[in-house]
Amino acid sequence: MDGKLVQINGPLVRAELDKARIGEQVHLGKLNLTGEVIGREGKIALIQVYEDTESLILGEKVTALGYPLSVELGPGLIGQIFDGVQRPLQELAQLSGDYIPRGISVPALKHDIKWHFKPNADLTAGMLLNGGQSLGSVPETKLITHQILIPPDRQGELLWLAESGSYTLDEPIARIKDNQDLEKSLYLSHYWPVRTPRPYDHREDAIAPLITGQRIFDTFFPLLKGGKATIPGPFGAGKTMIQQQIARWSDADIVIYVGCGERGNELVDVLETFPKIIDPRSKRSLMERTILVANTSNMPVVAREASIYVGVTLAEYYRDQGMDVVMVADSTSRWAEALREVAGRLGQMPVEEGYPAYLASRLAAFYERSGRVNTLCGKQGSVTLIGAVSPPGGDFSEPVTGHTKEIVQTFWALSKELADARHYPSVSWTESFSEYVAITADWWAQNIHPDWYKLRSEALSLLSQAHELIRIVNLVGPEALSAEQRWILSGADLIKEGVLQQSALDEVDSYSSPEKQFLLLQIMLIIYHKGEALLTLGMPVQELNQLPLLIKAKRCKSTYSSEQIEDLKQFIVQIEHDFQHYYNEYQQ
Amino acid sequence: MRELEYRQASAAHGGLLFMHGVPGVAYGDQVIITDHRNHKRNGQVVQTSQELITVQVIEGTDDLDLERTWVRFLQKPFEVSLSTDVLGRIFDGLGNPRDQRPPIVSSLKRNVNGSAVNPAARAYPKEFIQTGVSAIDGLNSLVRGQKLPIFSGSGLPHNRLLAQIVRQAKLLGEESNFAIIFAAMGISYSDALFFQKNFESNGVLGNVVMFINQADDPTLERLILPRTALTVAEYLAFDEDRHVLVILTDMTNYAEALREISTAKGDVPARKGYPGYLYSDLAGIYERAGRIKNRHGSITMMPVVTMPSDDITHPIPDLTGYITEGQIVLSRELQSLGIYPPINISPSLSRLMKDGVGKNDTRDDHMRVANQLYAAYAKALEVRNLASIIGAEDLSEADNHFLSFARDFEENYINQDEEQERSIFETLNIAWDLLSMLPAAELSRVSETDLARYHHWEG
Repeated sequence: MDGKLVQINGPLVRAELDKARIGEQVHLGKLNLTGEVIGREGKIALIQVYEDTESLILGEKVTALGYPLSVELGPGLIGQIFDGVQRPLQELAQLSGDYIPRGISVPALKHDIKWHFKPNADLTAGMLLNGGQSLGSVPETKLITHQILIPPDRQGELLWLAESGSYTLDEPIARIKDNQDLEKSLYLSHYWPVRTPRPYDHREDAIAPLITGQRIFDTFFPLLKGGKATIPGPFGAGKTMIQQQIARWSDADIVIYVGCGERGNELVDVLETFPKIIDPRSKRSLMERTILVANTSNMPVVAREASIYVGVTLAEYYRDQGMDVVMVADSTSRWAEALREVAGRLGQMPVEEGYPAYLASRLAAFYERSGRVNTLCGKQGSVTLIGAVSPPGGDFSEPVTGHTKEIVQTFWALSKELADARHYPSVSWTESFSEYVAITADWWAQNIHPDWYKLRSEALSLLSQAHELIRIVNLVGPEALSAEQRWILSGADLIKEGVLQQSALDEVDSYSSPEKQFLLLQIMLIIYHKGEALLTLGMPVQELNQLPLLIKAKRCKSTYSSEQIEDLKQFIVQIEHDFQHYYNEYQQ
Repeated sequence: MRELEYRQASAAHGGLLFMHGVPGVAYGDQVIITDHRNHKRNGQVVQTSQELITVQVIEGTDDLDLERTWVRFLQKPFEVSLSTDVLGRIFDGLGNPRDQRPPIVSSLKRNVNGSAVNPAARAYPKEFIQTGVSAIDGLNSLVRGQKLPIFSGSGLPHNRLLAQIVRQAKLLGEESNFAIIFAAMGISYSDALFFQKNFESNGVLGNVVMFINQADDPTLERLILPRTALTVAEYLAFDEDRHVLVILTDMTNYAEALREISTAKGDVPARKGYPGYLYSDLAGIYERAGRIKNRHGSITMMPVVTMPSDDITHPIPDLTGYITEGQIVLSRELQSLGIYPPINISPSLSRLMKDGVGKNDTRDDHMRVANQLYAAYAKALEVRNLASIIGAEDLSEADNHFLSFARDFEENYINQDEEQERSIFETLNIAWDLLSMLPAAELSRVSETDLARYHHWEG
C-alpha cells in the first residue's frame, strides 16, 4: 500500500496513507528509510523515522509494509551487536564501511550458515503442538543450547519433524497443520513484534538472588532473578562501570546489554574486553552468553526508543527456553528523552519537564516485562531488568527517576560525593533500598551461613550510627566523642573500606563469591566487637586504631581471591588469637 | 543540478523565513537568500509541509524586504570542500575563507552533518597523551581519541590552559605532532586573537585550521560551525592519517544559539528553555571524536563549556558530562588562591584513563596513585572543613598531616607554571613526595609493593 509524504519535521513525518495501522512499518522515499506509524489523523499517518530524514522530499512515495517492528529470533543472536532496530552492526561495517549508511536493510541473523539441529525425541508426527513448545535444540555456543520454539502464536498437528542434521535458517525443520487445515512450515528462527510481550504459561514468585559478585549489591541491597532494579546516578558516579560489572559477573545464563543513547566508546570497550574475560563459573568467554544492542547517542533518536523493546524481546525469547536472563538498559533516561522528543514534535501537552503524560505508564509497562515465569514449554525462566537512569543535575526528584522508583523493588542510588572521594562502587547505603532482603535471607541462610541476616543488619546499623556521629563531628569536632563513639567510626570505616568499596579494576577484588562476601563482613564485625570489648577493659581508642590488623583486614578483599576461602578463615583465627593476646595484657 | 529560485517568502521573523508552495524541496537542503541589496545570506530547510517551507536563515532575517527577496534552493545539504590545503587557514562557520585568501577548491565535498560511526567499527582509545599538566596527566589522563571537556566559568583561565595543552601535548616516546582544529563559536575578538598569536609564536600555525565565529557574527552560524570543523577533522584524521586535536569553544554559546532557533520554531522546551533534543544534538557533535579500526588517525576533542553562574547542574554542562568521557572542572576558589591551572580535582574525571595508564603505558603505580591522591584529598578537604569550625589547634596529629597534605597538594601538584612542562614521571614523583606526608596506614589504595618502593614517610 503506497502513499506520499506531506510533511517533514525532523524524525517525525506525515504521509497520506489511509489504511496504515498503528505500529506498522513503512519505507520512505528514494532513500528507502524505515519508519513506524505512531498515529493517524484521518487519512494522514504520523510516522516516526528510525533514520535521519535529511534530503527527504515532499511528495515522495511511502510504502506500508503490513507488519509491525519485529525481531528475528533464532540461533546466532549470541555474541552479536545489533543497532536499535536489530541490524547487525558488525556485518553492516563489512558491507558499507565505518559509517552507518541510510536505507540499508540487513537480516539480523546469518541465513547462510548451518546449525546442527537435534529434534525433540518426545515428539512424533500426529501430535497436537502448542505455541512455545520446543521442537528440538541447536548448540548455539559452547555454553548455550538453544531450544527451537514453535512461534507462540502458532499451533497445530505435527506433520513432519526434521531429522538430526545441519540446517540453515531458510530450511524448514518441521511442518504443522493448523486448525484451519493449512499446512505451515516451521524454521529455526521466527519473528516476533517487539512491543508485544511474549506469552508464558504463568508467573511465579522470584525466589533466588541474582549473584552479581558485587558486595554492595549481593550483601546489602540484593536483587532477585526475575526482579527489577534501577541505578540512578549523576554523570561521573560510575554507572556504566557498575552495569558492566553486573554484565560481567552475574550468575545469569544470558546477559543482554542495551546501550541506549550512550557513548560509542563504552560499547567498544565491552566488545573488546568481554571476549577476553573468562566467566568464573563456566570457564568460557563472556561473549558466549552476551548480546549487545547499541544505539549510541549520535544515532537516530527514534531507533533509540525502539532499542529497549528490541532488547527485552530478545530477553523474553531466551527466558522462554528456560534460561535466566539479565537485561541491562543504559540508560532509560535517554529512552524517555526520545519519547519526549517525538511527543514534543507531535505537539502533545507536556506535563513534567516537557515529558508526555504517558511516561509513567510506558515505564511501568516496560519493567513489567521482567519476572520469573513457567514457560509455554514447561520450563522455568526469568528476565531480570536493570535500568540505569541519568537524572539531570543528579536530581532524584526528576520525573524519570521518580516514576522508576515507584516501579522497581531494588533501588541502587549512586552518590556524587562518594564518587568524588573515589569510593567505588559509589552506591549510597543511606538512599538505596531493596525489598527483596527477606527472600534472599532464606537463600543465604541455606547456602552460606545462618547469621547472614544478623550480620548485614549489624553492619547497616553501624553505618547509620556513624552517619549520625559524623554530623556531630562536623559541628563540634572529634574531641566531643567518647572512646566508644570513636570506635564506631572506625568500625564503619572497616565496613566501608573492607566490604563496601570494591575495585572493578583489581583482578582479585573485581568478583567476590557469596562465601567471600560473608567472610569479609564477618571479619570486620569480629574486629569491631573484639575492639569494643578491649575498650571496656581500658585500652585507649587511639591505640586500638593503630593496630596493624585493621589495615590488613581492609586489604583482605584484594589479598584473597574467592578461591582462597580457607585463608580468609585462617585470618579470622589469627584475629581471634591476636585479640586474645591484647585481652590478656589488659586484664592483668 | 537543477536549482529552484523563488520570490514567495510569506513571512520572516526570529531567523526563520516561511515560504508557500515550493514543490520538490528536501529537508535539510541548503538555501541561498539574495536580499534587495543583492547581499547573499545562507539558509537551511528545517521543516517542510505541503503548505509551508521553513528556512532557517543563518545571517538572520533582519532587514529583509520580502517582496524583493529571492530564495534559491540548492537541492543539496550543507557541504564543505576538503583538501590538505585547509591547514594554516582561517574560515567562517560555513567554510568560507576569513583570511582574504582564495576559497578551497576540491572535488571532494562532504555533508557537514556526517554520519554516525558504526560502534562496531570503532577502536577503543587507549594511547596516553602527555599534556605536561600534572592535574590532567596524573589524575585525569587524556588518551588519543577521547572527548574531554573543560568545564569553566567566566573569567577562569580555560583559554590559557588550552593553549598550554596545545603547546605541550605529545605521546610518550613518539615524535608526532597533532593537527589542530580550532572551532570558536561566539568568542570575543581578543580571545580569538590570543589563540592566533599563540599558534603563531609556537610555530604550529601550519598545522592549525581555524573556524571562527565571533561574538558579533551571526548567531545561527554557530550551529553549522562545529559540524563544518568536524567534517574537516574527520577528513584529516581518517583520510589523511593525521592525529587531530579539536578545540571547541564555547559550547555554551552553541547551545544558546540552538535555544534561540528552537524557540523561534516553537519547539516544546524541556529544561531552562532548551529544546528536548539538546542531548541528541550535542551528542551529534561530541560523538564524532574517536578512533576507527584500521585507520591511523584519530580525533581527540577538548570542548570548553562555561557553566552559567558556575552551575554544573545547568543543562549544558550536565548533558555534556553525560556524553563526554569525563570532564576537567575549573574552580573559582583555587583561582582566587592564585593556583594555576585552577583544576578542581574532586569533580574532575577521565573515564578512559584506566586503559591508557599503567605498566606498559606510563608506570605501574599510576592508577593506584591517582586513586590514593583522590581519596587522601577528599579526606583532607573534610579535615579542612572541620578545622574551619573548631580551629586547627584542636585537630589531632593525624588530621594535621592531612591539612598540610592538602595545602602542599594544591601548591606543588595542581599548581604549576604556565610554561612548565612536567613529564608524567615528574608528576608521579611529586605525587609520592606528597603521599609521604601521610603514614602508610592511611594509604589503603596503593599496594604494599608501591609503598615499599616509593613511600618515604619520616613521621
